[in-house]
Amino acid sequence: MGNAVIKVESLGKCYRLGMKEEIHDTFVGAMASWMRSPLQNFKNLQKLAAFNPGDESDDILWALRDVSFEVKQGEVLGIIGHNGAGKSTLLKILSRITDPSTGSVTVDGRVASLLEVGTGFHQDLTGRENVYMNGTILGMTKKEIDRKFDEIIDFSGVEKFIDTPIKRYSSGMKVRLAFSVAAHLEPEILVIDEVLAVGDAAFQKKCLGKMQDVATQGRTVLFVSHQLEALSNLCSRAIMLEKGTIYKTGDTEEVISTYLNKQATQSTTRLRDRTDRQGDGRIRFIDSWIENDKGDRSNIFRSGELLKIVLAYEVKEGLALSNITASIAINSIKNISVTLLRNDNTGDSFEGQIPSSGRLECIVKRLPLNVGSYSYNVSVHSLGGLEDWVPHAGSFDVEPGDFFGTGRIPDRERLILMDHNWSINTNTF
Amino acid sequence: MAQHRIVLKPRTGMTGINWRELFEYRDLFFFLVWRGIKVRYAQSALGIGWAVVQPVFSMVVYTVILGKLAKIQSDGVPYAVFSFAGLVPWTYFANALTDSSNSLIGNSNLVSKVYFPRMILPLSSVLAKLVDFGIAMLLLFALMVWYGVFPNASIVALPLLILLMMVTAAGLGMWFTAMAIQYRDVSYAMNFIVQLLMYAAPVVYPSSLIPEKYQLFYALNPMVGVIEGFRAALLGTRPMPWDFIGVGSIVALGLLVSGALYFRFKERIFADVA
Ligand SMILES: Nc1ncnc2c1ncn2[C@@H]1O[C@H](COP(=O)(O)OP(=O)(O)O)[C@@H](O)[C@H]1O
Ligand SMILES: [Mg+2]
Repeated sequence: MGNAVIKVESLGKCYRLGMKEEIHDTFVGAMASWMRSPLQNFKNLQKLAAFNPGDESDDILWALRDVSFEVKQGEVLGIIGHNGAGKSTLLKILSRITDPSTGSVTVDGRVASLLEVGTGFHQDLTGRENVYMNGTILGMTKKEIDRKFDEIIDFSGVEKFIDTPIKRYSSGMKVRLAFSVAAHLEPEILVIDEVLAVGDAAFQKKCLGKMQDVATQGRTVLFVSHQLEALSNLCSRAIMLEKGTIYKTGDTEEVISTYLNKQATQSTTRLRDRTDRQGDGRIRFIDSWIENDKGDRSNIFRSGELLKIVLAYEVKEGLALSNITASIAINSIKNISVTLLRNDNTGDSFEGQIPSSGRLECIVKRLPLNVGSYSYNVSVHSLGGLEDWVPHAGSFDVEPGDFFGTGRIPDRERLILMDHNWSINTNTF
Repeated sequence: MAQHRIVLKPRTGMTGINWRELFEYRDLFFFLVWRGIKVRYAQSALGIGWAVVQPVFSMVVYTVILGKLAKIQSDGVPYAVFSFAGLVPWTYFANALTDSSNSLIGNSNLVSKVYFPRMILPLSSVLAKLVDFGIAMLLLFALMVWYGVFPNASIVALPLLILLMMVTAAGLGMWFTAMAIQYRDVSYAMNFIVQLLMYAAPVVYPSSLIPEKYQLFYALNPMVGVIEGFRAALLGTRPMPWDFIGVGSIVALGLLVSGALYFRFKERIFADVA
């Protein structure tokens, strides 16, 4: 372990909300509104490009705020945090993709970043050509790729198709090829976002093995992942980000347990004591959590995975209730009502008398939601009307997943994933 | 170790161009140029033929409409070869400008996922389009032989003219692409802008149609000097218009420098809006 090679000092990054939308604004539109209120617009447009460190206006989102830490040479640092915690933003700043808004970062050494698998892959180019394209994009020189080419192809296991355009590859093959290129990067500092979430399990393992090699060669690695196992195997130290600030830093196991605890406390304890509820209260929710396919509680799921939302309830002492209807309303972080899960819609009615305390369990077999954070409201009706309603009874994060079972991670911009099939028919009528 | 020390801080004010870094990324630059060429011809039946289709069909249309029907004067050479000598550099310029103006939007996935000097993108478009230009030039020579028109000694100025048209395309391209990533309709308007610019250059008519007193003003468009220069060198319709080329070069250099500075100034928000 040498001296610090990355020094992050009170780093901050803010995004102006609506900056993304600004793109779709037309120039003509901008001109028109400019004419309507020239001064205000001038200020707005100026603000888009420059931020004042002290600016607190509400259209600003601080993706990172006052983050400071150091990474020593040869250290493998894990970074965890919920969706939107600022992990990717931090990596983007370290790899110079975007500028910080406040603070500074000092980096000693060449940085290669892997924020996505197969950046720059082009469908019409062959495997060989894409290796060169992707390799140079990731910062390798042509010479370096020449030297490692055979090794890369060997590692990927697609040598037979190396001169075929990759549009003829299966998605699994593409992922393998892309990973192989990335696995052969040899920068002094390597920065990796949650890219290992894709690809089949066997190949993932191979990549983790390769990363272990990299780590033992004295390279510095920053590694974002939700695969806690991989983190605890690879990293000696970890940082947990929460809402843009460092929540905990230290020994990996410690940070992981803090992370898990926070997750657990966030969603389980308070439901019984919540007062922001409505309804007659003859039946009340006392707890809610989500389980994965192994029956473990979790708040992080991948698209396509099984998820079981559990609602623990109690019926008021001495009452007997029958004919209840329970529902779970899922909302996205931006408060879009995504869907409603209701037991009477699925025909799973609770007509007879229900146990005086128990758990309502709702299983979603293949989660059709895309990457993002979601929360849910719960409610229960009896024949007499609304009995209990609690907003934000729980929440969960969705990570990219293989929803279609093809090894391919769908476009993450869209909210919903829908099962579908395509075919081509020669008959036009 | 310390040779690679980088300090990342909020950027303020103008930023110069980091030549060393551009040089370090030369492999990526050439692969992007190569990809631009390769992808264009992959899976197209006509393949490299597309490089000539555009100028040839324009030439035919303009020859019939402007040369034969409207009888536009063409400085003493057949209208077909006259207009083709203008259309070849113009087609290059139009395509290089359109491509480089779309280069940031078209590669927004790269911009938001990896670091490299962003300027590589518009510049590689400008270089990639030279292949089409080279092919169209061969056709121009063939057409000249067909019509019995031959180049003269001033053909030595041709490389300079080619450089001038590349610099102009690069300068404007950097301006437009840096604007387009924030205002998408700059890219929607590209076709229209290019069309307008075409009539502001002597592509389908001779510059001698422009009244004497406006000629230097007209030459503010660097493509005026380029196209008239092409005709002077290849068709001998006039002496080499050094006055046009001089004015055009100053403007082109101005566009290049201001375009590069504007691009560097805007660069800090590219990844955030891409
Ligand atoms: N280009 C952008 N424009 C506006 N907001 C952004 C942009 N990129 C990220 N954000 C916001 O910054 C926050 C942190 O995002 P991110 O770093 O991607 O989180 P993580 O990787 O931890 O899930 C999120 O709230 C996200 O919506
Ligand atoms: Mg992320």
